[in-house]
Amino acid sequence: MQTLLDAFLNAFQLLTSGDPELLAIVGLTLRVTGIALLLALLLGLPVGALLGLMGRFPGGGCVIPLIYTGMGLPPVVVGLFVYLLLSNQGPLGELDWLFTPSAMVLAQMIIAWPLVVGLTLTAVQSHDPLLPLQLRSLGATRWQLARTMLLESKLGVFAAIVAAFGSIISEVGAVMLVGGNIRGETRVLTTAIVLETRKGQFALAIALGIILLLLSLLANLALYRLQQRGAPR
Amino acid sequence: MSNQPIFALNQVKKVYDGRTVLNLAELTVHRGEILALVGPSGAGKSTLLRLLNFLEPASRGTVRFDGEMVTADLDLAQRRRVTTVFQRPLLLQRSVRANLRYGPGLRGQKLPPAVEDEWLERLGLMPLADQAAPKLSAGEAQRVALARALVTQPDVLLLDEPTANLDPSNVRIIESIIEAENQRSGMTVVLVTHNIFQARRIAHRTALLWAGELIEVAETEQFFNRPVREETAAFVRGDTVY
Ligand SMILES: Nc1ncnc2c1ncn2[C@@H]1O[C@H](COP(=O)(O)OP(=O)(O)OP(=O)(O)O)[C@@H](O)[C@H]1O
Ligand SMILES: [Mg+2]
Repeated sequence: MQTLLDAFLNAFQLLTSGDPELLAIVGLTLRVTGIALLLALLLGLPVGALLGLMGRFPGGGCVIPLIYTGMGLPPVVVGLFVYLLLSNQGPLGELDWLFTPSAMVLAQMIIAWPLVVGLTLTAVQSHDPLLPLQLRSLGATRWQLARTMLLESKLGVFAAIVAAFGSIISEVGAVMLVGGNIRGETRVLTTAIVLETRKGQFALAIALGIILLLLSLLANLALYRLQQRGAPR
Repeated sequence: MSNQPIFALNQVKKVYDGRTVLNLAELTVHRGEILALVGPSGAGKSTLLRLLNFLEPASRGTVRFDGEMVTADLDLAQRRRVTTVFQRPLLLQRSVRANLRYGPGLRGQKLPPAVEDEWLERLGLMPLADQAAPKLSAGEAQRVALARALVTQPDVLLLDEPTANLDPSNVRIIESIIEAENQRSGMTVVLVTHNIFQARRIAHRTALLWAGELIEVAETEQFFNRPVREETAAFVRGDTVY
């Protein structure tokens, strides 16, 4: 109990102290997760919309379960995969990304992408099956159709964003493996928590955890407000 | 050139999972006519409309649109000359106005405000102009669906039971707009209906489709009063069980 109380006080002090190291950790956390989310959305929303519109297409019975499986990928396995990809002998070793924020972005993007695709495709499929025909009949091209269906699926798209964000801002396995938790370079909130716990600095660890939750709450509040504004009145 | 039919179908078949649901030796749709398609449920009426709107390819045979053979890479501009209003309004979750602007928007055009207001006025939608579409009643929503299709100024309007769930006053509004547009611009109309009286009221010609085959197509007056085929006579009498 005492620890928890200490932790809250500690978190408050940390937050108000403007400790530069903490700020750097928070900044990197937001940057890595933000960029990974943005990339996952850019690459995931169109794919989700197209898969959702294809209905019964050759191979669909295989691709969609694969995407669904991807929605539950263990981050540490993704981390391992990206590690091998970026390691000296790996196919992308030339990039020299291992133990840099770029590697962390890549890993988190891979974790988020199936979530974005899977939830988007389900949202697009949940409309009246005649709607896509109606839109094409009104003159929509394939891309215009995908765009309209995404706009019509705003709620599902928001769910995709929220789920993807939540899964990557809180994951530790992948960023630990490919980032290495290097102080001042690749340390993010989750890896810092692991480190402080190992060192027995429980109060600090919990304080960091509270900051992580607060960040997540703030981001979700912002998303929710955006969603409410987009909802049809 | 302008006497050439707007649609000419030849030996057209549509097969789903090995089952032939449409099998038309020949069908022409004349430019500027209102053609009613009647027939029991499952006869293939909606399937035919999907072919005419280029939403699905025929499995066999040829469809000519305005003289041009319809293939998978038919011009976008040609495709956009035909549009469908379905039985359900299928509106976008936006305002009524935004729904009207959708079709022109796809074409990179802006619906002129005067035209938009004129349509809202004609369909009695002015008081609802800024309302969200999901909140409209069935009749209102169907009027929006019709307006949304008409503002694209189609050369061919396909209607798939557009008034099936509506009360008489909404039916009258929709029928009168269809007739007026047909007369004003020469827009061709193909109307699928289960309502024989509707076909009698507004169609120039009526066609009976039965188990995918075209049984009879004739001037509406003749179709109902002096049908050639026994199936038509039975259908018109209402003896058909379906
Ligand atoms: N996408 C599809 N896949 C498989 N079968 C289909 C498909 N679409 C239609 N069918 C079948 O084709 C036949 C004709 O259907 P269609 O919807 O054209 O009939 P309809 O005349 O419009 O009937 P209704 O008056 O009930 O609307 C039906 O037996 C239907 O089950
Ligand atoms: Mg039908």
